[in-house]
Amino acid sequence: MQDIVCTFCGSVCDDGEYDLKKKSVKKFCKLGSSKFAEKERIKAPMIDGKEVSYEEAIDKAVEILVNAKRPLLYGWASTANEAIRLGVILAEKLGGVYDQCASVCHAPGTLATIEEGVPGGTLGSVKNRADVVVFWGSNPMEAHPRHGMRYSISAKGLLVKDRKQRKVIVVDVRPTKTAKIADIFIQIKPGYDYAIFSALRAIISGNADAVPSEVGGVAKEKLIELADIMKNAKYGAILYGLGVTQSRGRDRNVENAIKLVQLLNRTTRWIIWPMRGHYNVVGAGEVPAWEVGYQYAIDFSRGYPRFSPAEFSAVEVLKRRDCDAALIVASDPVAHFPRIAVQHLKRIPVIQIDPYPNMTTLVAKIVIPSAVYGIEAEGTAYRMDCIPLRLKKIIETNYWTDEKILEEMLRRVEKFKG
Amino acid sequence: MAVVVELITGRTLDQGATVEEKLTEEYFKAVSYIELNQEDFKQLNLKEGDRVKVTTDFGEVVVFAKKAELPKGVVFIPMGPYANMVIDPATDGTGMPQFKGIKAKIEKTEEKVKTIKELLEAI
Repeated sequence: MQDIVCTFCGSVCDDGEYDLKKKSVKKFCKLGSSKFAEKERIKAPMIDGKEVSYEEAIDKAVEILVNAKRPLLYGWASTANEAIRLGVILAEKLGGVYDQCASVCHAPGTLATIEEGVPGGTLGSVKNRADVVVFWGSNPMEAHPRHGMRYSISAKGLLVKDRKQRKVIVVDVRPTKTAKIADIFIQIKPGYDYAIFSALRAIISGNADAVPSEVGGVAKEKLIELADIMKNAKYGAILYGLGVTQSRGRDRNVENAIKLVQLLNRTTRWIIWPMRGHYNVVGAGEVPAWEVGYQYAIDFSRGYPRFSPAEFSAVEVLKRRDCDAALIVASDPVAHFPRIAVQHLKRIPVIQIDPYPNMTTLVAKIVIPSAVYGIEAEGTAYRMDCIPLRLKKIIETNYWTDEKILEEMLRRVEKFKG
Repeated sequence: MAVVVELITGRTLDQGATVEEKLTEEYFKAVSYIELNQEDFKQLNLKEGDRVKVTTDFGEVVVFAKKAELPKGVVFIPMGPYANMVIDPATDGTGMPQFKGIKAKIEKTEEKVKTIKELLEAI
């Protein structure tokens, strides 16, 4: 089969070839190939480790959720928009909290966008136009291995025709694999992104005198050189990663970067965009945004949506022990949350919906296996630049889709709650 | 002998390729190590594959030691359950814990590296 759509990272490559006999995929990277390789699956729905039918597992799950005072519904980055939509409705009916993987990934960028707006562009515009690309705290050679060849490094575009016409700059705290293939690598001290964005803004706005001889481990001359390259770009792109959002400053780092891009846009054209991780983490934010107005950390306990990451993000809710059940869909918070948050997940009944066994499976009371979107199920996902793509079904399965499982849950919840 | 460093965590290709197989040996290998700069490695008198204990204000974890190209005083653990034993859970109101830039003490140890299941029990 041709033009298979990859459901691993946010690049959502749509040019794979699937060999039905060998059950393997061609053209994709190591991450995409691993996605399409056969691997251990959760065999059947389980309650307390005992195999049961889908109906029994869903009945029990609904009993737990409707009896909970404030259930947490978390995950959503590796499933289709159709399932996410049902998840948001379910959270509303249950009076629970909806949160998604971005809250431990790129959500600080969402907060910055709320403050500043976002001068953005699609990956197509980066491929066709960007003569300067700055990877800031991002390492696509490990996290999005085909991003460079398809869009941002060696991609052949309409106006920027090849690698020679594109200057690639990496700003990072260590010489990453992406830094090795960049034209310029600027190594900064951990936690100094904010100060360096400020220094660049000062230089570009004609206030270089105010910048000390060294900022965050970078010599002033080097910052002036970078500022010149940025000012002289025809179309520049800052593609930032978790180095910016997970370090000291978090959302304020992104806010400062956006201000830098706004300044550059007075004289030339620049965009800024996050290098999103999971294939549909954008959908996990966009779908609730068009359903209830917010992207993450949404509480429905008062019957209407309230957004407050300091209170309703999953990590904060768990740290405060402020949820008494959890529905985890297409995610593994036990592996990816700080210890103190995991401690509460071990205390409360956890219901998991996922194709693969993971660390959350080990603490879950109810485990409901699901079909893999892009392989066993079709649906819609947003690529990292918000372009919706249709995921294909390439093989048959007996596993239910997330959409079907959630639909059945919702039907039962409505019976209890109206 | 111990060194005080700044800990960062992040994705790697191997962590990504095994992330949907978390209960396998491959995932364990992909996330249960720490990378150190050559000088820090030498200062701790380490050999490749030796174990170190990483201690922060938020917890401790034992992982395998590896040499890597990093600035002196900066160490890296792939994102995952081992890193999350020692990162800073404070979110400063954003919902995002501080996964990068945590002060940590590193020392050589004879303690064993816990398996994924043992680690979960210890949480």
